[in-house]
Amino acid sequence: MSDVAVVGVGQTAFTKACGVSIKELCFEAFKDAVKDAGNLRPRDIDGSIICSAPEYDKQRSPAGAIAEYLGLNPKPTFYIESVCASSTTGIRVAYGLIKAGLNDIIAVVGFQKMSELSSSEVQERMGRGADIMWESPFGLSMPAGYALFARARMQKFGMTAEQMAKIKVKSSKYSVLNPKAIFQKEISLADCLNARQVAAPLKLYDCCSNADGASCILLATAEKAKKITDTPVKIIGLGAASDSLSLANKANLTGLNCAVEAGKQAFRMAGIQPKDVDVAEVHDCFTVAELMAYENLGFCKPGEGGKLIEENQTYIDGDIPVNIDGGLLGKGHPIGATGGSQVRTIVMELRGDAGKLQVEGAEIGLVHNIGGVGLYGNVIIFSR
Amino acid sequence: MGFEKFGKINYTRETKVKDFVDHLSEGKIEATQCRVCKKLYFPPQMDCSNCLSSDQMGWKEITNEWTLLTYTKAYFAPTGFEEDTPYILAIAESEEGLKTFARLSKDVAEEKIAVGMKLRLVPVKLPNEKIAYEFKNAVE
Repeated sequence: MSDVAVVGVGQTAFTKACGVSIKELCFEAFKDAVKDAGNLRPRDIDGSIICSAPEYDKQRSPAGAIAEYLGLNPKPTFYIESVCASSTTGIRVAYGLIKAGLNDIIAVVGFQKMSELSSSEVQERMGRGADIMWESPFGLSMPAGYALFARARMQKFGMTAEQMAKIKVKSSKYSVLNPKAIFQKEISLADCLNARQVAAPLKLYDCCSNADGASCILLATAEKAKKITDTPVKIIGLGAASDSLSLANKANLTGLNCAVEAGKQAFRMAGIQPKDVDVAEVHDCFTVAELMAYENLGFCKPGEGGKLIEENQTYIDGDIPVNIDGGLLGKGHPIGATGGSQVRTIVMELRGDAGKLQVEGAEIGLVHNIGGVGLYGNVIIFSR
Repeated sequence: MGFEKFGKINYTRETKVKDFVDHLSEGKIEATQCRVCKKLYFPPQMDCSNCLSSDQMGWKEITNEWTLLTYTKAYFAPTGFEEDTPYILAIAESEEGLKTFARLSKDVAEEKIAVGMKLRLVPVKLPNEKIAYEFKNAVE
C-alpha cells in the first residue's frame, strides 16, 4: 500500500466577515493549495471531501455546491462533520481512501462562514452544542464548558489565571507575524488579566474568536506526490477518538481523554515519542485547552502544562514550539477550516517555508484538533 | 410530548423518560435502574447502554447527597438565557457515583462555593409552567 503525502496547502485569511459566498471562500483556499502544489492539474484530483459545521450554512448539502464551483465534477464529493475537528476528520477519511486504492489525489476543503448568521443565531446554535436534553436547558455555552475544566485544574493542579494568560500572550506575539490571522495586535499579560469575565475563570482573551475562512489540503499517493512536488510531506501517524458529549459524563475534568487516546494511537503508528516532535499545532480554542494539550500529548506530565509555558518551552526557540502561527486564539476559529489551517502550518514548517515563523530544522510535526468540548479528538503526525 | 417542560429552553419534546418531569413536579428526583444488570442512570434513560435491555428500567429515588466537582460563573449565555446572567453552572457527583450537570442555586452565597462542598439536588419551578432541578447547599 502506498504512503500518503500532503502535496499542497492553502488557506484564506481568517476574518470577521469575508464578504463573499461560501463557494468563493472555498475557491480562494483551493486555488492557493493548487498553486502551492506546483505541478498539479485540477482535473487530476479524483475526489473531494468538504468539511464544515452545517448548522452555520444556509446551503443544504454544501459539498455539491462547492465541488461544482471548484470544477471538481464528475469526481466524487461528500461532506464530513465533526464540528471544530471536521477538516482533520476529512483528512483521516482521505488517507483511508488513498490507502485503500480508491483514490489517488484528494482535495480536503474545510470552511466556515460564521458571519452568515446574526450574533443571536450563532449564540442559539452554540447553546445546542451541548446535550440538548439534559445540559442545554440550563444555558451552557462553549466557554462555560471549557471553564468547568479550568476550575477543576485550578483545584487539582493549582493552575493559575496567569498561566492561562501566558498562552494568549504567546499566541498574540506570533499572530502579528501571520498575515492570515484575525488578530494583528500584541496582547500583554495585564490586558489578559484585566479583561472582562466570560465564564469564570475564563476571561475575554482566554477565548478564541469566531471567524470566516477556508482551508484546503491536497493529499496524494507517495508515487503521485513525487511528480507533483519536490517537497511532499508524509503522514506517518493518525489517531482519532471520542468522549461523551455530556459534560457530566467526562471521566476526566482536568484533561481531554479523547486527545490522550488519539495521541497514543498516532504516536504508536508513527513509531515515535512525544519528545521527537519538533513543532506542534494544538487546538487552543481556549487558553486552558492549550495547557491541557501539552499534557494530553505527553509534552509534559499531567498538571505541568502551566510550568511548560512559564518556562517559555513552547515558544519558537523552546523545547517544543507550539502554535507558532498564533493558534486559534490568534488566527480566529472558522470551525470547519481550522484543522486544515493547522495542517497547512505544520506542512510549511516541515518544508522550511514558514518564513519569520520557521522553527529551524523541524523534521517531525504534529496536529491536535478537537471537536466540541473534548468530544472528538484527532491527532496527525507528519514527517519531512 | 411532556418533556418540553424541563428546563428554561428545551429542544426535546418526545422521550421515553417524560414521566421524569411529572415526578419532578411531585418533588421527587428519580434515576432509572436496569432490572437486568442493575446499572443506575441519572439523568434517567429507558434503554440500557450497558446490557442493551429496553423496557427493563424501573424508577428509583436517588440518595441526593452530592459533592461539587467543578463550576463556572457564566457572564455570557446562549440565546434565551441572557436575562439570567450571571449564573453558576456546576457538575457534581452523588454518593452512588452518578454525575450530573445543573445550575447552582442563587441562594448559595458565592463566598461559600468551593469544590468539594456538599450539595443536594432540588426541583425548581420556572416561569411559563417550566420545571428543572438545581443544586443547593446540603447544610442549609
